[in-house]
Amino acid sequence: MKPYQLFDQDTQALFYNLKATPIQRMLDFDYVCRRKKPSIVGVIHPGRSGFHKAFFGAVEIVIPVYDRVGEAVRHHPQASVLINFASFRSSFLPSKEALLAPSIKVVAIVAEDIPQRQTRELIALAQQQKKTIIGPATVGGIVAGKFRIGYAGGMMENIIKAKLYRPGSVGLVSKSGGMMNELFNIIARTTDGISEGIAIGGDTFPGSTLLDHLLRYEANPNIHLMIALSELGGRDEYDIIKARKEKKLTKPLIMWVVGTSAKIFPWEVQFGHAGAKAGKEEEGAEAKNKALRAAGIIVPSSFAELESTIQEQFQKLIREGKMKPKQDTQPAALPLDYKDAVKKGLVRQATSFTTTISSDVGEEATYGTMPISDVVAKGYGIGEVIGLLWFKRKLPSNFSKFLEMCIVITADHGPAVSGAHNAIVAARAGKDVVSSLCSGLLTIGPRFGGAIDDACRYFKQACDAHVPPVQFVEDMKKKGILIPGIGHRVKSKRNPDKRVELLKKYGLKHFAKTPYLHYALEVEKATLQKAENLILNVDGCIAVLLLDALMSSGAFSIKEIDEIVQIGYGNALFALARSIGLIGHILDQKRLKSELYRHPTEDILYLLGEGN
Amino acid sequence: MASKKIREYDAKRLILARLPKGIAAAYRGVLVGPTTKLDALPKQFPWLVKEKLAVKPDQLFGKRKQYNLVLLHSDFAGVKKFILAHRNKKVTIGKATDALTHFLIEPMIAHQQEYYISITSQRTCDVIYFSAEGGFNIEERWDRVKKIAIPVGGTLSTTQLKSAGIPEKLHHFMVELYRLYVTLDFTYLEINPFCIDVKGTVHLLDMVAQLDGCAHFLHPQDWKNVEFPRSFGNKSYPEEEFISKLDEESGASLKLTILNPQGRIWNILSGGGASIIYLDTIVDAGLGKELANYGEYSGNPTREESYQYAKTVLDLMTRKAHPKGKLLFIAGAIANFTDVKETFMGIVRALKEYQEKLRTQKIRIIVRRGGPNYEQGLKLIHDTGREMKVPIEVHGPETPMVSIVAPALEKL
Repeated sequence: MKPYQLFDQDTQALFYNLKATPIQRMLDFDYVCRRKKPSIVGVIHPGRSGFHKAFFGAVEIVIPVYDRVGEAVRHHPQASVLINFASFRSSFLPSKEALLAPSIKVVAIVAEDIPQRQTRELIALAQQQKKTIIGPATVGGIVAGKFRIGYAGGMMENIIKAKLYRPGSVGLVSKSGGMMNELFNIIARTTDGISEGIAIGGDTFPGSTLLDHLLRYEANPNIHLMIALSELGGRDEYDIIKARKEKKLTKPLIMWVVGTSAKIFPWEVQFGHAGAKAGKEEEGAEAKNKALRAAGIIVPSSFAELESTIQEQFQKLIREGKMKPKQDTQPAALPLDYKDAVKKGLVRQATSFTTTISSDVGEEATYGTMPISDVVAKGYGIGEVIGLLWFKRKLPSNFSKFLEMCIVITADHGPAVSGAHNAIVAARAGKDVVSSLCSGLLTIGPRFGGAIDDACRYFKQACDAHVPPVQFVEDMKKKGILIPGIGHRVKSKRNPDKRVELLKKYGLKHFAKTPYLHYALEVEKATLQKAENLILNVDGCIAVLLLDALMSSGAFSIKEIDEIVQIGYGNALFALARSIGLIGHILDQKRLKSELYRHPTEDILYLLGEGN
Repeated sequence: MASKKIREYDAKRLILARLPKGIAAAYRGVLVGPTTKLDALPKQFPWLVKEKLAVKPDQLFGKRKQYNLVLLHSDFAGVKKFILAHRNKKVTIGKATDALTHFLIEPMIAHQQEYYISITSQRTCDVIYFSAEGGFNIEERWDRVKKIAIPVGGTLSTTQLKSAGIPEKLHHFMVELYRLYVTLDFTYLEINPFCIDVKGTVHLLDMVAQLDGCAHFLHPQDWKNVEFPRSFGNKSYPEEEFISKLDEESGASLKLTILNPQGRIWNILSGGGASIIYLDTIVDAGLGKELANYGEYSGNPTREESYQYAKTVLDLMTRKAHPKGKLLFIAGAIANFTDVKETFMGIVRALKEYQEKLRTQKIRIIVRRGGPNYEQGLKLIHDTGREMKVPIEVHGPETPMVSIVAPALEKL
């Protein structure tokens, strides 16, 4: 590389802060320029290691990821550039480390709002080490057809339109990064395109100045026309005038200083860029434009005139035979990113998943269509949330209260039932909370806690078909099926289950109609004839009241109710409720630091055949 | 955020509380605000009624003596009278007219010689200017001012001071002052004058200072009670503060300055450079007086941030109708990475909320933008205009950036 070059088609760069999009944009540029190798050879991200996957054309490549700048520099002694995408809080140290590394020649700093003293310290270090800083507060820059920093040049369409994939004859330097694409386009419309374009950033003390880059362009034989876009604030333009007078800048130079409007404001306006504030009159845009013009630099009468001025000057160079426009070449065709293709509506693909109950794609996650903050604001309880997520609607309050009551009533039933027992044994074996909970939940089924669904099905079928309760009992007996939801181990007609009493009372009071409860109570009358303990139990009572709630709410069609019964919402309700108790037991065992449970051998009948 | 001016009161407190013991006296100064009860002050600061006092406005403007706004050698009754005579009264300083709201009362320090010192930050060094003939009209004696440059990262040594011919009794003070200038992230500091009494104690009489707004995160403790007041004459609006807060919390950049709320040209501009170019073009067309606001958003703000920003501008714009209607520019250059579709979705949401007022107040909207997903963004805003029956003229990157301005202004 020549001393006037910062980057060429073989430049290797390290990228600080793992940001997939700008990394990919750089590699895409490399590809359309037909670079032989990708420009980024390593990524630095504190606390990370391994590899980052990205595309080079259609091919996926891996880029090594390092924890520290020093480590990356050691592994890639050929890398001469650090592109620092760290935030303003953490930008300083990696920049400093890179400036101290002998192999790094250029540091580009993207972050805005870096403290002045930190930047000035970096500038001093760069001067001492004879290195170049681009930024801070900049999009970076681009060497047409060779190298791109981060987002410079914008989207691929723009790169193509502004012919940034191959070198032209114009050297551009701008304070504003946001104006770069605009200028690239203006230059592509009026000339053979840019050779190089650098945005130095809008800070009061940019790491490199307009003049620094103009001097490089002056020395670069491929650049024939120089353009600089500056802003009010600072005195860099006077250094450019001095260099012009000293014949250090001899090529045609077009400049414009923006901010001529600042004069009309009665107080000092701080524009968007930190440096864009004129403290003294000679730092104002008008004064600077005037001084530049007086020094023989080409200054249009306004920004609007910039385009025609560039065209005029470029044509003049050709007329005078001072240059020949560069020929256009064909950029390599870049495969479209799947995501972008979708955004543009160019491709379609069937989805693999469907959801109808909640979303996390908007500004705020929702239950159904209701943002969670609304759920909270409306004071919804667990019953209403179950309504939104399970039943996909706002349930009437008597329904949601009933669900909450079921949860309260069935949350726990002591440590001896099989679910709690299993959870306790797992917890005592040192398993974590979630594993222990699963161990307990896995016992829920036909013999433990899983009778609600079957009770729903049998009672609904019989009641809907108007089977007389006594006949239903007899039919079940003939089939040899125990009626789900009937019978209790200890409770009986004379020693009723208080939970069932509460549920019954609630249903009778709050539901418009309770045909299923009435049917179940008739069935209970029949079974009690056979044995004292064949009462309607909690599972059975929840089952019939769930049917009554669904029916009497008026919020569900017959088809929907059938579906709910068929899918098995009842056992789901039990699993949800009992999870509360199971977790309680697990936490309890953990607090007690209970040791591993081993069942006593004397409690096991060892029934093995006789061995030899 | 760039350099920010701070009150003289805060500047002196910052310095004097941190100078090593024995260099300067502990700071005695009272900042009086627009509603401070003057009669209650002597109880808290007994010296107010025991000593001769000096009082002056503390609102970031200089040359207070020339404007007859300094009272010296007064007793507390005189100070009270002075403050009551000026407080909440408008004065014009240069081009800026504003109310006097803050005053600084300090004990009068008897002195003979007045010294001058200022410290400025330049690209590669900090520069200290010193004069043993400080005070009023220092500019007239500038040829005798001594200049000491300290490279960034360096320290000020007594050898340097000696060779510059600075009186030895000031060395310790100046070394420490410079140390504080660096460690507290000042970007400018001027003490004119300061003096030193027979005991060798330094007193700061008048002081001006600026801190680096970007260094806020480095000084959560030191700067805790430091105020960053608006510049004199710059009316501050709650909407500006709201956007400034949004800006602080966001990774993107969001800036808003209200220039003239009665103006008929309103702007939602993007990009630090492009936004000024639009303003320049409007002012060049002779319509600077109609400019209502300056501002810019950049760095890919979210949909929500864009909505909040646009809503704030639209709200200000539609507070009072103008019989001839108004103009809104939603414009910018070709973005590097700001997603035009996302940001426009936020802007469109705000436009829809204000559509009734946009229609009845005869507001025309001119859009020009390019960048990531600009086709969808422009289509969205175009369709929204049709749907709302609000005239929205939409241009893409093929239209030169500022060419939209002149034809739009013609119809104003």
